[in-house]
Amino acid sequence: MGDFRMPSLGADMEVGRVTEWLVKVGDEVKRGDIVAVVETEKSTIEVEIFESGVIEAIMVPVGQEVPVGTVLARVRSVTGGPSEAPHLEPAPSEPASRAGRKAATTMAPMVRSPVVRHLAAASGIDIASVTGTGEGGMITRHDIELAVAAQQTPTGRVRASPWARRVAAELGVELNSLQGTGPRGAVTEADVRKVGASLSRPDTAPSEPDVTTVAAHDRAGAGPKSDAAKQAALRRAIGALMARSKREIPHYYLSTTIDMRTASDWLEQVNAARSITDRLLMPALLLKATARAVATVREMSGFMVDGQFEPSAAVHVGVAISLRGGGVIAPAIHDTAALGLNELMLALRELVTRARAGRLRSSEMSDPTITVTNLGDLGVDEVFGVIYPPQVALVGFGKVAERPWAEAGLLGARPTVTATLAADHRVSDGHRGGLFLSTIAHLLQAPENL
Amino acid sequence: MTRDEAIGIMRDVLHQVAPEADLGEVGPEEDMAVVLDLDSMDFLNFMIGLHERTGIEIPELDYPLLATVERCAAYLVAHV
Repeated sequence: MGDFRMPSLGADMEVGRVTEWLVKVGDEVKRGDIVAVVETEKSTIEVEIFESGVIEAIMVPVGQEVPVGTVLARVRSVTGGPSEAPHLEPAPSEPASRAGRKAATTMAPMVRSPVVRHLAAASGIDIASVTGTGEGGMITRHDIELAVAAQQTPTGRVRASPWARRVAAELGVELNSLQGTGPRGAVTEADVRKVGASLSRPDTAPSEPDVTTVAAHDRAGAGPKSDAAKQAALRRAIGALMARSKREIPHYYLSTTIDMRTASDWLEQVNAARSITDRLLMPALLLKATARAVATVREMSGFMVDGQFEPSAAVHVGVAISLRGGGVIAPAIHDTAALGLNELMLALRELVTRARAGRLRSSEMSDPTITVTNLGDLGVDEVFGVIYPPQVALVGFGKVAERPWAEAGLLGARPTVTATLAADHRVSDGHRGGLFLSTIAHLLQAPENL
Repeated sequence: MTRDEAIGIMRDVLHQVAPEADLGEVGPEEDMAVVLDLDSMDFLNFMIGLHERTGIEIPELDYPLLATVERCAAYLVAHV
């Protein structure tokens, strides 16, 4: 028997509200399954369970705000047999699912998790049509989400003329919801207008039925908060955490300018040969270099717990992502140093999308061991960050741009970036911090090896 | 493809990438990324979305040619 408790999803979280249960009493759950959606002042988080078993009781109903640590559900362990094995595995992470990806394409669809089955049913996805990418070809929640996304994009099943699409967009009609009457089931303009007319009736609330807004609508029923109130709560949460950081952490700051000519040229060359969907962005290189530099200067990655530094062997780089409408959140890309650049780029794209849609996972919120913030897109030259407690370091990157550069007695112009480090003096000092930044700079000189 | 169809596609894709961004806010010769506060990830997703809808392979070097609403629409019309 185990307790599933309201997790701490960041040092600034004191209370949370369950806005959705994805399991019911009697469901079998596996370590790593997403079982509930929790709303905090900063975001909406999908919460994973860390014990396999059967849900025996749900203790906190949807809509109730409870302190961190409150028992949300009771879980009965399944004893004996091979189902115990997951207990021994490390936290569920990408590498495990990558291993299974190759095998997945040739295997029959498999679903073990009731959560995934539930999601598929709720989204109207036929399990048999989904390719599993989990261990041994298992269909994961992510696969279902991709299937849902594919259904929604025009490259999915919906056939429609550009004109019908345009009318649909104007009227706010979701093409997936329509039964096409045109050739080969294509959605025609008339189909769209028929639904559009009913949508615009005054007694029908206008809707944009994509996954996010539908979910948001469901959640609204559980405990509505106005946008202004949400924004105020978000500012309070960020303010409280940053004030704590400035109060408790003796920051020191370093800055270095990195020659980015080789990295920029390499990136341009690689991208020129790639289809648009496979291209890399510079932030992927910067993240990878930072994650790898931790191997040289270990005291940049870990947590300060009760005045003691606990280094983290795994490097989960938190990526500061600005939220639309204001605020910032810094979820982790797990095992950043172990990912290839392509995988890292995919993970980054996916993370940004989910962060902005309010669908982050609890492990992503609690796991970052160091944070990277990149304000280069805004043209900022350098950013001196505030460390996220209980982490001990934050690396900032400004804009990669052509600047004057002196070498061998000659002045020229080449792309450069200013990297900064804010680090905790209780754990390291300027010398080690300097080594960390110079290691990042060094790694970026051989982008093909990143 | 006509200019209006191109703009319709741009609006659809933008809605997926950044639901609150409204193409109508952008003047014809203004930089979309600047006005709509799109970062490099958003812009890449916008390019990917346009590619998926139109099949056009947009080289990275051409991105500047798609920076404004009118230029982007003209690019799609010319390349589809």
